[in-house]
Amino acid sequence: MALLEVKNLGISFGGLRAVNAFHLNIEKGCLYGLIGPNGAGKTTVFNLLTGVYRPDEGIILLDGENIVGKKTIEINKTGIARTFQNIRLFKELSVKDNVKAGLHNHYRYSTLEGIFRLPNYYKKEKEMDEKAMKLLSVFDLDQEADTLAANLPYGKQRKLEITRALATNPKLLLLDEPAAGMNPNETKELMETIRFVRDTFDMTILLIEHDMKLVSGICEKLTVLNFGEALCEGDASDVLHDPEVIKAYLGE
Amino acid sequence: MRRMKKINKTTKSNLITYAIVIALFAAVQILTSAGAISSLLQGLLVPLCAYIILAVSLNLTVGILGELSLGHAGFMCVGAFTSAFFSKCTAELIPVAGVRYLFALLIGAAAAGLCGILVGIPALRLKGDYLAIVTLAFGEIIKNVVNILFIGRDSEGFHFSTKDSLSLGLLPDGEVIVNGPQGITGTPKDSTFTVGVILILVTLFIVLNLIHSRSGRAIMAIRDNRIAAESIGINVTKYKLMAFSISAALAGVGGVIYAHNLATLTAQPKNFGYNMSIMILVFVVLGGIGNIRGSILAAIVLTLLPELLRGLSDYRMLIYAVVLIAMMLFNWSPKAIEWRERHSAKFKRKKQKEV
Repeated sequence: MALLEVKNLGISFGGLRAVNAFHLNIEKGCLYGLIGPNGAGKTTVFNLLTGVYRPDEGIILLDGENIVGKKTIEINKTGIARTFQNIRLFKELSVKDNVKAGLHNHYRYSTLEGIFRLPNYYKKEKEMDEKAMKLLSVFDLDQEADTLAANLPYGKQRKLEITRALATNPKLLLLDEPAAGMNPNETKELMETIRFVRDTFDMTILLIEHDMKLVSGICEKLTVLNFGEALCEGDASDVLHDPEVIKAYLGE
Repeated sequence: MRRMKKINKTTKSNLITYAIVIALFAAVQILTSAGAISSLLQGLLVPLCAYIILAVSLNLTVGILGELSLGHAGFMCVGAFTSAFFSKCTAELIPVAGVRYLFALLIGAAAAGLCGILVGIPALRLKGDYLAIVTLAFGEIIKNVVNILFIGRDSEGFHFSTKDSLSLGLLPDGEVIVNGPQGITGTPKDSTFTVGVILILVTLFIVLNLIHSRSGRAIMAIRDNRIAAESIGINVTKYKLMAFSISAALAGVGGVIYAHNLATLTAQPKNFGYNMSIMILVFVVLGGIGNIRGSILAAIVLTLLPELLRGLSDYRMLIYAVVLIAMMLFNWSPKAIEWRERHSAKFKRKKQKEV
């Protein structure tokens, strides 16, 4: 059974049909790319998957469980985490605290235990610190653990956002244009990071990207979105050579 | 080893804050016993404790939660009047001042916190400046409601009215407790400077420990980026409401201190109105938004300054205004921030060299 199964997904904003009869099947452990021209509805699909928008019709099955109608928080608890096109870090928090915020639902103690510094506070904070540092060292960010997130260089901010998303222990990771604004060197490093995340965490990843080098370099399967509809899907190399896809990107 | 250092850093910073408060308390006690503090200044000490608590609690809303509240005096008013009402009613029932005061504190904080929840539930769901508008209205409404409230007690029980004290229809043995615009007279004067300082320390303990805990991290995450906070499974409404109601409850504690220091407690624009809310906000902004220690110092300086300058009579408010502007520039102008950072960096380097 596929990890993520989307059937007949659709949403309209006023008269605009943003996503129509969209379907998607992602096997566990797959590195899946969602591409398409500007305004095709890619980010809208992400927002539908994470509960920011509620679809007009269709179902989204994560591990066989329908998540349509759930709130963003609950969907995250069910197992979808994401990053954003324009980086959204907690800028005034330290790098480590950003990750610890991601661990919020996995190491729990009550507010009163926190205020009165009861034993459970020390126990859970220690566990959180250890887990956060472990995650950060995987991404080579442990040297910057006490730096404010806002002061990190751009490439590391992207990495930190992925680390924070992974801290919520998801089954599926959504990356929204991870290479946006990166130079070729940073993009190359990012590709390695993404592949590394998939292999180390046994993660299933769905990513939106415009950078064709990144897409052809790491994605195993692709879906091309055009005017809210799936134009083409399949193995990456086949899709990228499909005449319909080339037409959608470059015109006739 | 690194981790140990980090924990020690926040704990150390908190301890310094407590130490500053205790040191100031000791200094005032010494000066008082030496007779160096005028009776006028001594009269300011208890309200000053209330202001510090209000400034610290408002900083929780403005600096940590990142929402603007313009009605903090309203929550103070709720705490002041509910606790004064309670203390006056039970003055004979509970003769031990300490016990009565403890209950008054709990009741004042609970009533203010409840108002915080009631105001927060609709207002905190909205984005933008709605909380500022709603709290502004709340502060004014509370003040006006208290001014038309008449409550009396006689052998038959409590009587309420919103017209005047005569329409309460009290029996000859009755007494008016809340007398509309004349407020509550004869609240036991249980607040002392020592009690005030202890409550400042309690407030600091609650606020600082909250900030450095799982809930505090969630609150600050929401402040920095609400959408990202939601995407990692943080319940935005819950934590916003938590921070706001704790802030309101602590403002209620400030109100309790304030009320139990006055022979007659009335709700006037001066003490519970818009002016007061803005004054507390000025403490927070000048002390540095999100900087708890700064709030304390700003509250002290700006409360004592007009009194210390009294000798200069006509120029008093002029100097006050100049100090306000100077502090604002020093805290927030980009050039000043740059200058401060450069100099603190130099200082740090020197320290490292010595080590």
